[in-house]
Amino acid sequence: MRDYEKYIRYRTFPTPWCPGCGDGVILKSIAMAFADLKLDPDNIIVVAGIGCSGRMPTYFNTNTLHATHGRALTFATGIKLAQPEKLVVVISGDGDATAIGGNHLIHAARRNIGIKMILINNGIYGMTGGQVSPLTPPKFFTETTPYGNIEPHFNVRKLLTAAEASFVARETVNRLMQLKQVIKKSFQHKGFSVVEVMSNCHVNLGRRNKMKSPLVMTKYIKDITLNMADYEKLPPEEMERKYPLGIFMENTQRLEYTDLYYNHIVPVAQQSGAKGEK
Amino acid sequence: MSQRKVLQGNVIVAKAALAAGCDFFAGYPITPSSEIAQYMSREMPKMERVFIQMEDEIASLGACIGASLAGRKTLTATSGPGFSLMQEHIGMAVMAEVPVVIVNVMRGGPSTGMPTKPSQADMMQARWGTHGDHPIIVVYPAFSEELFSETIRAFNLAEKYWNPVIILMDEVIAKAHMDVEIPEPGSYDVYWEKTHQISDLNIYDRKIGENPPRVDFFHGYPIHIDGLEHDAHGWPSFDAKTVDKMQKLRMQKIYQNLDDIIKYKEYFLDDAEVMIFSFGISARSALAAVKIAREQGIKAGLFQALTVWPFPRAALQERFKKIKKVLTVEMNMGQMKYEVERIAPCDVEKQTLLRANGFPFTPDEVLDAVKEFVK
Repeated sequence: MRDYEKYIRYRTFPTPWCPGCGDGVILKSIAMAFADLKLDPDNIIVVAGIGCSGRMPTYFNTNTLHATHGRALTFATGIKLAQPEKLVVVISGDGDATAIGGNHLIHAARRNIGIKMILINNGIYGMTGGQVSPLTPPKFFTETTPYGNIEPHFNVRKLLTAAEASFVARETVNRLMQLKQVIKKSFQHKGFSVVEVMSNCHVNLGRRNKMKSPLVMTKYIKDITLNMADYEKLPPEEMERKYPLGIFMENTQRLEYTDLYYNHIVPVAQQSGAKGEK
Repeated sequence: MSQRKVLQGNVIVAKAALAAGCDFFAGYPITPSSEIAQYMSREMPKMERVFIQMEDEIASLGACIGASLAGRKTLTATSGPGFSLMQEHIGMAVMAEVPVVIVNVMRGGPSTGMPTKPSQADMMQARWGTHGDHPIIVVYPAFSEELFSETIRAFNLAEKYWNPVIILMDEVIAKAHMDVEIPEPGSYDVYWEKTHQISDLNIYDRKIGENPPRVDFFHGYPIHIDGLEHDAHGWPSFDAKTVDKMQKLRMQKIYQNLDDIIKYKEYFLDDAEVMIFSFGISARSALAAVKIAREQGIKAGLFQALTVWPFPRAALQERFKKIKKVLTVEMNMGQMKYEVERIAPCDVEKQTLLRANGFPFTPDEVLDAVKEFVK
């Protein structure tokens, strides 16, 4: 048994994911990050919303919560405030995090609450059969854009840096070790962190866009992603189609919300002298 | 010593919640419930408890459910439109069996309606607002002392049955300042079950009709809580037999314990010829009307439901054996009257006094309706 396997709940296997799905890689990389940090499984809680990504907590041998669509961050906020010393991980898909849950995303970033979010960007609503999401690239064909997608997509990096998230990074499922390292770093970060993981949905996005095998689709992800240094050298029209990788923001100056809250109320409690009885 | 004070209805509820051990509040401002959040934001930090104002009502209830699973006693407060936003998460709390108390100070609706006017039009939303078959407990205090005692009871029921409990309130009662006796701590029961030392992952494994044991995260076992239909482990399952059992477990924990959950008050009913069925602010007017009627020799009585859901069916049916006239008084276009009609035998005459224009009934109006009915 490898050291990360104690974080995997084999009893609930098999997973519902299609063969070749990037979610498996992400599951493994998160478990490996747990193992690297030698965390006690009982000090971890993994929360997710709805979708293919929403099923991921079921397979972690930690405390796990499968909540409602787009609202995983709200549940996580409650848990983090109730038990600030625990590692609270949120797994969310692109539809879950940036469409129905977009409001909670920017507010979690604004508060800088110590939740570790893994935002899986496969550019599609996979579990419901392949509808357009706010991260679907332009011109792509989906079940609800049969003539091509005309809507611009969110740039998660810019969205979250504008919302002042204190840790923002992007990786791809093609690079397991780098992905693990970035996730590990985000776990060590004190405030709100988001790791956007570029993943493949060859079944529901690729199939309709001439990329129906996982190999072709992961090759496509490789082609559209590049390091930040190389990205900055690109001409502006090229920039729009490409996704830089790496850690874009790591602000250790901003105070984490639960620290802030509990430090803020200490003098209030001391002054009143009234301690709550449980 | 208990204390006699003049307090606002919302504040009485907030005080009671703190007395019940509520140590987590997440909410979003909405008239006419905001004073609850305001009071909590002032008092909870003093007690090292958690108050947070979330970005909307959906997030508020989500945070409450999360905190509840992490071992807190949680409360949120809202009004009709916010209550509608919370409905999905009420379903989540029912499915995952999470205790949480929700105050809905009702206001005139639908939509933005009349934020500063009372109504009793969320009776059915409280019962059937969330999707799917589900049990729900709804309590409805009317008189000042009840605001305190029913809030304590709501927390106790939530903790005992691991189900969301809704406290309905009237705008006029929430906003009015009233004379109230705040009982001494220890003079009322506060139910707080210590988390079971979980020895197995079968967290939902129990007999039909039994209360669920308290299960929290971070107690040494890697438990899974799911909004999907699940098996005894909490793991997703669509197996027909399992689903059948889980549905019954969730329903029967409430329906096999009705004696413990249902509470009502009866006034002058023993020799009554006409019974008023009412709740909340309407029951206050109705009680005044009944007293005047008695002075005038009219044999009227009042049945005040304190638990409105589950509906106090058995108690009413007992009364219908002798009382053959029932007048339902409610501030809506007719909601609970259907429940009364459903259970009243054919030989019982049914009348209603309904209004939803933002003005509560006066005792005189109720009295007139009674007189008209007995004529």
